[in-house]
Parts: sequence; structure tokens; C-alpha cells
Amino acid sequence: MNALKSFWKNIASLWSLIVGLQVTGKAFCGPQVTVHYPRQTVGPEGLEGFRGHMELVPSVKDPAIPKCISCMMCATSCPSKCLTVVKQKEPKPTEEQLKAMAEAEARGEKVKKLSAPKNPAQFIYDFSLCSFCNTCVENCPVGSIRFTTNVYFATTNKADLQMNLVERLAKQAASGKTVPGEKPKKAAKTETAQSEA
Amino acid sequence: MTRTINPDYIRGDLYTQRFEQGKRENTLILNMGPQHPSTHGVLRVVLEMDGEYIVRAEPVLGYLHRMHEKMAEVKSYVGFMPNMGRVDYLHPLAWNWSYAGAVERLAGIEVPRRAEFLRVIATELNRISSHLLWWGAYLLDLGAFTPIMYAFEDREILMDILQRPTGARLTYSYFRLGGVGADMDERCLRQILDFVPYLRKKLPVYKDLVTDNVILRKRLEGVGDMDVDMCRRYGATGPILRGAGLASDTRLNETYSVYNEIDFDIPSFPETDAMARYMVRIREIEESLKIVEQAVAMIPEGEILIKGAPKPNWKAPAGEAYFATEGARGKVGVWVVSDGGKSPYRIKLRAPGFSNLSLFAEASQGTLLADAVAIMGSIDMVIPEIDR
Amino acid sequence: MNAIPIELIHIVIAIALVAGFVGLNGLVLVWVERKVAGHVQRRPGPYEVGPNGLLQPLADAAKLVGKQLFTPDGSDKLVFWLAPIVSFLPVMPMFLPMPFSPFLTAMEVNVGLVLILAFAGLNILALCLAGWGSNNKYGLLGAGRAVAQGVAYEIPLLLSVLAVCFMTGSLSLTEIVAAQGNWPWQWNWIYQPIAFILYFTCGVAETNRAPFDLPEAESELVAGFHTEYSGMGFGLFFLAEYAEMIVVCGVATALFLGGWKGPGAAGAWWFLLKLYVLLVIMIWFRWTYPRTRFDQLLNLCWKWLLPLSILNLLVTALVIKL
Repeated sequence: MNALKSFWKNIASLWSLIVGLQVTGKAFCGPQVTVHYPRQTVGPEGLEGFRGHMELVPSVKDPAIPKCISCMMCATSCPSKCLTVVKQKEPKPTEEQLKAMAEAEARGEKVKKLSAPKNPAQFIYDFSLCSFCNTCVENCPVGSIRFTTNVYFATTNKADLQMNLVERLAKQAASGKTVPGEKPKKAAKTETAQSEA
Repeated sequence: MTRTINPDYIRGDLYTQRFEQGKRENTLILNMGPQHPSTHGVLRVVLEMDGEYIVRAEPVLGYLHRMHEKMAEVKSYVGFMPNMGRVDYLHPLAWNWSYAGAVERLAGIEVPRRAEFLRVIATELNRISSHLLWWGAYLLDLGAFTPIMYAFEDREILMDILQRPTGARLTYSYFRLGGVGADMDERCLRQILDFVPYLRKKLPVYKDLVTDNVILRKRLEGVGDMDVDMCRRYGATGPILRGAGLASDTRLNETYSVYNEIDFDIPSFPETDAMARYMVRIREIEESLKIVEQAVAMIPEGEILIKGAPKPNWKAPAGEAYFATEGARGKVGVWVVSDGGKSPYRIKLRAPGFSNLSLFAEASQGTLLADAVAIMGSIDMVIPEIDR
Repeated sequence: MNAIPIELIHIVIAIALVAGFVGLNGLVLVWVERKVAGHVQRRPGPYEVGPNGLLQPLADAAKLVGKQLFTPDGSDKLVFWLAPIVSFLPVMPMFLPMPFSPFLTAMEVNVGLVLILAFAGLNILALCLAGWGSNNKYGLLGAGRAVAQGVAYEIPLLLSVLAVCFMTGSLSLTEIVAAQGNWPWQWNWIYQPIAFILYFTCGVAETNRAPFDLPEAESELVAGFHTEYSGMGFGLFFLAEYAEMIVVCGVATALFLGGWKGPGAAGAWWFLLKLYVLLVIMIWFRWTYPRTRFDQLLNLCWKWLLPLSILNLLVTALVIKL
């Protein structure tokens, strides 16, 4: 009796094979869910929050100059050591200024040395080292760095991964917010960047 | 057609040479891995085989050792968090949590309530995505090619959801010491609530396609016994222990965060075979959905990060602390020792996969090669986590 | 002209045509397989080369031809390179007695079925040689599996075919088709449903298709018997596998599904249509099921299929006798 039961059970279990075929058959007739990449791309809502490479946030006054004050918080806090900020040197005083300074010294006043502009001379970001942890963005006192949502960045040259973000920002400002070869920025991006910051 | 063969070539490398010949003759030493399709990365198993039967199996580890523990000793407390996203790339948030929890326990930091709920939601979603990927990859091991694509379809939605708050799709570093990195807004929570019924509707389909399939059942039932005694000897946790019939789960047994306020079951199956472990994981997906649903309903308004959360130059008080969470693969433990400096004095990462893999050598003895693949898959290994 | 017998010219032309047919169908099948796989997995499948990816198999073939032929260290060169040829060559004669239509049969042989089954047996030898010659442990295990599986499944396959032959009283495929009617309920699968299921199951196993693809089980044996083959060496195995699929499904069409006959105009199109339906079902299996285990596979054969096919044969014989 038992043998008969197990025999019948084995036969009945074959039905599960038909059920499996039904499932895949349904999927076969159903719609496809993939994105045909070169023809279709993921919309901006799909990229929201995605952390691509970094970029500098332009200051309110000049879109070519970042908000950055070269405080080095990002570079010191970065766990991957992928940021290098080079401060600007103080400018050489012109002759008139030298004269004025000498006069001031002669008068016994405190001489005011020319201070360097706060924005960095270079802001080098090594994409190959970055671990996208957001620590630098969180620690920036002026909110001068943010992640782009650029998923299309690709290169065959390792040197391209070391980006000079100051230069990039200047280029971006000159060409009206878009760098050639890059998708136009999405409005949503700034929103998320702010919420992240 | 005869040619001289270099004897060194036959003798093999160090591990093969040290793998002593057993008592039996006429056995075949087979290297499974480190580039074998079913070892999921770079695990290598040296097998002694008699025909298709495995006489002995010996896992060889260390191909993906990245010295995370040593790295911790030179990084700041905050700066070590990204590493935690990369130890176990399938369930990084459990590691995030273990580390954050250990440091918080060390420093006596109280996490805001909203952040606790955010942690629960994110970790459980991540657990689902981990189990989904395991499910697909396991079926791939067993020779079914389609389920992994369906698993990825659902996983993709999860990654889209988690991408918004965490900023990453795989190696999350979402947790902060004293909270989480970003809030989940209304839209994100709504997406999560939409996802729960979606996956609930999908699971019966997967049951029809895979779980009920007679070929799969025959492959898994009675294969790879790992009973409670064996789990105790090797320190196996997670789905393996629950598949052995012991309903042990760090989330409730050593409860942390707000898990004791949430109503969920710990699935356990007494069969001790690969099918039991399979069923545990499938049931866990359902339980995680339950947790997520409740957590989203219960989430309070408030801060997500404490005021004065540790900065990169923060110094932890001297002392030591241990914190364990329940990862997708078992108990994820982090032990932090501090000498009062800016970076930890020592960090010990307890990877569940390491203990779980130890069972493989014993469980696979005397089984067929195909069974060994089924057992290995049912352990749910993530090699980076095992090697750390 | 008299020196060359007409029959020989006939065969040479037929073999050339068959080679063309096999090559073309191989390409089409690769495309169909990948498209079915794609759609089952909710993705488009090949899409870039040619309209809807139609030229993708050609590109793949060109790639395979262009690859370096690599002989592994310590392998038996002769056996290693003989294997793909032994695997592919017997495919040609198998198509000779295939009755595409009453006018489109390359060679009328009254023992056509025996011819096909005999040549089909050679494939096992090829897999065995390939696994043995490549000096690879995975290859060896794959070859062992291939032999055990091939020999085991040959028997129920033969027995189920025999049941149909008993009914018609002929071993010629053309006659078996001719004995069936124009409508689906007049075909043999109605009279011999068990034989049909048995034949198809064994056919899937004989061609090493999933869920019985144990000789190449990729998650266990990397690639089984063809682990070490590169370029066209692999390509020939690949082509032979698809050609065998066509043969198995073609024989099934002739034996059980009424061959070229069908409602309305009978002809080769009916044969091809039925052939492709069976092929798609085979492909559908592959993308649905997990792989069976080796001992289960043999158990299935010896404990279930063989007794069933013997029983079926006996009942058929009895019914015919009465």
C-alpha cells in the first residue's frame, strides 16, 4: 500500500514540471523589463541619490569659482585619501602696494599682508580611490562639494580618473553648465545633493 | 604521443601537496576553484574523490583577504565605515550596524528613535535583496538559469529604493555613529510600502517555478545534513542553524534596536538538510517584509543623527565593546577595542560565513559532486566576507 | 558518366544539401534558443547584430572560427582533435532517411530508423574521446557521465520507437508517416502517448539537454567534456548538439506527429513546423528546470523509463496480436 502511495506521489509530483513551464511561458509572453541601454536610458528619477564622481558647487557670485574655502576638512576626513586641495598662494604685491606697505611700516603701523583668495588653486579628486561614503560632503562647512549623478562616466585612460575639479567647474561655467560628453544635468540632482549635505 | 611531464606539474601547488593521500587508493584529487563557476568568487576546495563520490573536502581560504581588521587600526572611527560596506557586499548594512553599534556601545551613544527605525527598514530590505540574490545564484548552481533573472528584477527595485537614502546600489555605507546618513522621505517610504505587496505577489510564483519543482526537491531533500550538534561544534549561525531546527536569531535572542517592538517570527525547519535551509531563507524574505511593513507604519518623526555625532577626528573613550547583529548569513559581530585614540586599537570582525563554511568539509563527505555543489550553495557563502 | 553510379551522385548531392540544412538550422536554432531564453527571462535577447539580432549566430560563428585552436598540455592530440569530428560527422547520414516530405527524402532506406539510431550512438563515443583526450579531470568526469547516461537512455529510446514500428510493421520512416492520417487525432501520439513521452524524455537526455545536461553540467564540471576545447573544436560540439536535437525532434515528428501530413495541404512545411514546435519545447525545458543529479538520472532511466517502455511494448504487441 505504501509503495503504491509513493508510486502515485512520484507520478503526481510531475505536475510541478508543467506548473514550472506555465510560469516561464507566461514570462515569455509578458513584457520585457530591461532598459535597452543605448536607445533608452534610465530617467532622472532612477538616478536620484546615485553617487557618481564628485563636483564642486559654484559660489553664488561667480559660477566659475567654487564655494570652497580650502579649509581641508574634506581632505583630512576622507577615509580613502582621494582628495587633494591645493591652496592659492598669496599674490605678489604690486610695486604700488609694496610702496604703501613700506610707508605703513615706516609709520609704525601694523602691516597688513596681502591675503590669498580662499578658493583653492587646485582641487584634485581621485575617482579611482573614492569610496563614495559621503564623509567629505557631510564635513564640508560651506557645502562646496557634492556627488554628481553621472553614471555615464567611462574612460580607458587611468589619468582621466584624476580630475581637477576647479578646472572642471571653470569649463562647465564657460560652456553654460554642460561639459561635452556628459549628459545635461538633471534638476533633481541639486535637490538630492542638498538633502545629502 | 608520449611526452615527458614535469613531475612538479603533477604534484601541484603547496596545498595540493599538503593534502595528504587518504587511506584509499585510486582516488582523484580535484581542485574545485578558485575559478570554478559554483564557488561564487574565489573559494577553492580541494576534493578527494572516488569516482563521483567525495571522500574528503578541504576548503582553502584567503584568496580575497583584504585585511579589513588591520585597516581599521589606521583609520578614524568614522573613516572605517566605508569598509563595512565592502566586507559582505550582499548584506553590507548588517556590518554597518554591527560596527556602528559596537562603537556606540563603547562611547555610550544613544541613537535617535527615528534612526533606529530607518536602520531596521534599510537592513531588512537589504536582507531581502541578499536572500533574493542567493536564491537566484543557488538555482544557477543547481542548473536553472532563469530564476536569477527574476531575482534580479525584484532586486533591482530594492536597489532603486535603497539608492535614494544610501547613495549606493551595492556597497552601502549608510549608517553613521549615532544615527544614519540620510533620511527616507515620504516618497521613499511609499516606494517601500508599494514594494511589500509586489514581492508578496511574486513569491508564490517563485514557489511554483522553483520550490515545488520535483527536480529541485529531489536535489535538496536529504542532502547535506547539518544538525544542531554540528552547528554548535563549528559555531554556525543564521539560516544554517535555523535550518537545523533551532530557532535562534540575534534579532530576538540578543535583541537590539527596536526589534523587540516588532512582531515577526523566526522560521526554523527541523529537517537539517539543504531544503530546510532553502525554506528558511524563503520564509525569511516573508518575515522581513512583515518587519518592513510594521517599521514603516511605526516610524516616528525626529532626528536621524544625534547632535554632536562623532566627527572624523573624534576620539573614542578607552575600553572595549562587542555588538552583534543578525546578517543574512548569520551572526555578524564586531568587537572594538579602543585605547582612547583617534583610531581603534583593534577591531575583530566575526564573519558568519567563515564558521558556516567550516561545516562544508564535514557535511560533504560521502556525497556526490553534484551534492557538494548543492551543499556549498545552501551555505550561502560570500567569499569577501569569509576572507575579510 | 556510366562510371559513376547515379545513386552515388544522388547521395553526394543529398549530403551537401544536408550539410547546408544542418548549418542553417544550427544558426537559426542558436538564435531561437537565445531569443527564447531572453524572453523567458524578461529581456530582449540578442538585439544588436542584424534586425532583431538575427545575424548574431553568424557573428558568433565567425568569432569561433577566428579563435586559436588550443591543445592542452599533456593531452592526447589525436584523440583530442578526433573527438569533435567524430561528434559532428555522423550527423550527416542521420539526415539521409529523414522524410521531410514524400518527395523530399534524401535516401529511401527501408531500415531508416535503424540507420539513424545507429549513427546517434556514435555521439557517445565522441564525448568519451573528448573527455579522455583532453587530460582534464573535469573532462574525464564529464566523459564518464556521458557514457553512462548515453548508454542507459539508448535502451528505453529504442524500446519506445519499437512500439511504433510494431504498429506500422516497418522500420522505414517514410512508411511510418504514410501510415498516419492527416488529422492530429490520426497521428501515432494518440495511440502511443506513453511511447511519445518516453521517447521525448529519452531524446532530451540523449542530446544532453537540460535538465539532463550532466556531461557538461557547468556548475559542477565547469564545462564537462568540452572544458578544454576552444574555437571551432567547441563549435563542432555545439553544432553537433543542435543537429542531434533536430534529428531527435525530426524522428519524433515522423514517428508520432504524422511527419509531413497535416490538415490542409500536406508537405515539408508541416514537418518543419512540428519539428520547430518540438525544438522550442526542448529549449523551453532548458530555461525552466534545474539540473537533475546523476544518480537520480540513472534511477529514472532504469527504474521508471525502462520498465515503462517494456510494458508499453508488451501491451502494444498484445493489442496488435489480438
